Amino acid sequence: MLAIRELELDYGGARALDGVSLDVATGEIVAIVGANGAGKTSLIRAIAGMAKASAGRILWHGRDILGWPAHRVCDLGIGQVAEGRQVFPSLSVEENLEMGAVIPRARAAAHANLTRVWAMFPRLAERRRQDAGTLSGGEQQMLAIGRCLMGAPELILFDEPSLGLAPALVRQVFDTIAALNRDGLTVVLVEQNVAQSLVLATRAYVLETGRIVISGTGRELLGDDRVRRAYLGN
Amino acid sequence: MPLELVLNVAVGGVLTGLVYGLMALGLSVIFGVMRVVNFAHGEMMTIAMYAAVIAFAQWQLDPFLMLLPVAGGLFLFGYALQAGLINPFIARPEHSQFILLVAVAIIMVNGLLMAFGPNARNVLVPYALDSFEFGPLLVDKVRLYAAVASLGLAAALFVFFRGTRTGKAIRAAADNHTGALVVGLNVQRLYALTFGLGSACVGAAGCLMALLIDVTPTLGPVYTLLGFVIVIVGGLGSMAGALLGGVLIGLSEALAGLFLVPSAKSMVSFALLILVLLIRPHGLLGRST
Repeated sequence: MLAIRELELDYGGARALDGVSLDVATGEIVAIVGANGAGKTSLIRAIAGMAKASAGRILWHGRDILGWPAHRVCDLGIGQVAEGRQVFPSLSVEENLEMGAVIPRARAAAHANLTRVWAMFPRLAERRRQDAGTLSGGEQQMLAIGRCLMGAPELILFDEPSLGLAPALVRQVFDTIAALNRDGLTVVLVEQNVAQSLVLATRAYVLETGRIVISGTGRELLGDDRVRRAYLGN
Repeated sequence: MPLELVLNVAVGGVLTGLVYGLMALGLSVIFGVMRVVNFAHGEMMTIAMYAAVIAFAQWQLDPFLMLLPVAGGLFLFGYALQAGLINPFIARPEHSQFILLVAVAIIMVNGLLMAFGPNARNVLVPYALDSFEFGPLLVDKVRLYAAVASLGLAAALFVFFRGTRTGKAIRAAADNHTGALVVGLNVQRLYALTFGLGSACVGAAGCLMALLIDVTPTLGPVYTLLGFVIVIVGGLGSMAGALLGGVLIGLSEALAGLFLVPSAKSMVSFALLILVLLIRPHGLLGRST
């Protein structure tokens, strides 16, 4: 589905991605783990068309989409749940969801998708007229996920979805991701919460200073000594 | 001083103020969405005024008939200006945007001077001196029509931002730029639309102002400044604030002209500005964020 080849990206004069290659097959949950500043967010931004890579290829179903603007990438079916949720605080919950379905591919099914999101997150339905800025962090995360689903994506890029949430809510977010995957969505998951994302992941990559240093199935990485020492604290 | 006179002048001021409000609404929308300060705002109004003057002088077209065509013309101009010139500057430092628009403004003033010469021109419609009588009140016909048209256009803009998908998308892009990219909104296009709409507001306001005052090529800077005063008094980024600010400034100008001398009207407006800034730093209806 998605293949990234030798991707390079400079950010603020420094090399953020230094020849990253990875693959995501339909139906997988691919985790990308690594420390702060390893290039995880740069990778997501490059795929989404929000940061310009200087070299390499981003192949979506075989077509190179490197350099495409964000709104066209989104319309291909590459959705994003960004770091910090990025909801529209002064728009109502319902208007936020509506904005998820502005891209052409999502318009026809907007009504059906809205019904699905309300069913999935009843909390949001209760607060549909409320400004998104008045929601709690957990509710905003649900809104960010719901808004992404409104865009009818094939693949969702999750960037630190558990950041800043209470443990019970973190669990809920991971459960939601697992459920979406069961329903057929492909997932790329960038997380600092390494243990939980490796348990969930079909496959995973470890990113260090802009390079992939280890890759394998989630289970393999959970058992890898280097991963255990560096990211799991044992 | 007779109360009737004060009341008549006050009503005239409020009506003119609504046209000011429409003009300032354009400035407020452009700033509220893109954080771009349109230093060419008054100059754009002057161009619209000349369009109304020429249409009337050449073809006897009433400025009220020219309202939508002139607004449409200014919309296209604003859209092109944002898409072609300002979008590449959005990520640059503010002083660079600032000087870009000042340059555009100066080019406009000089262009108008070359085209029309320095003399004042006006529009004298057949009903220019007619008025309505409401008991003791005597209201100028053109002023009342202009105010009603301003309110109508402002209401239409409000409905556009609240009720249409594109309007909501513009609000979303103003609210959270990253969020807008994340959901795949075409932010550059929305920005161009916004500059177009802000320009259409000032274009319509210019058409109406042509009925109320004489136009000269150098009118621009004064009205750019007036626009700033109004949006700051009303609260930057607030649509209702722009109208309220317009009404207050219109009223204060009219009353200053009556109680002091007509040339003192700006003095009172700026005193009002300072007062508002001291008491409510974010303007009367602005949000404190």
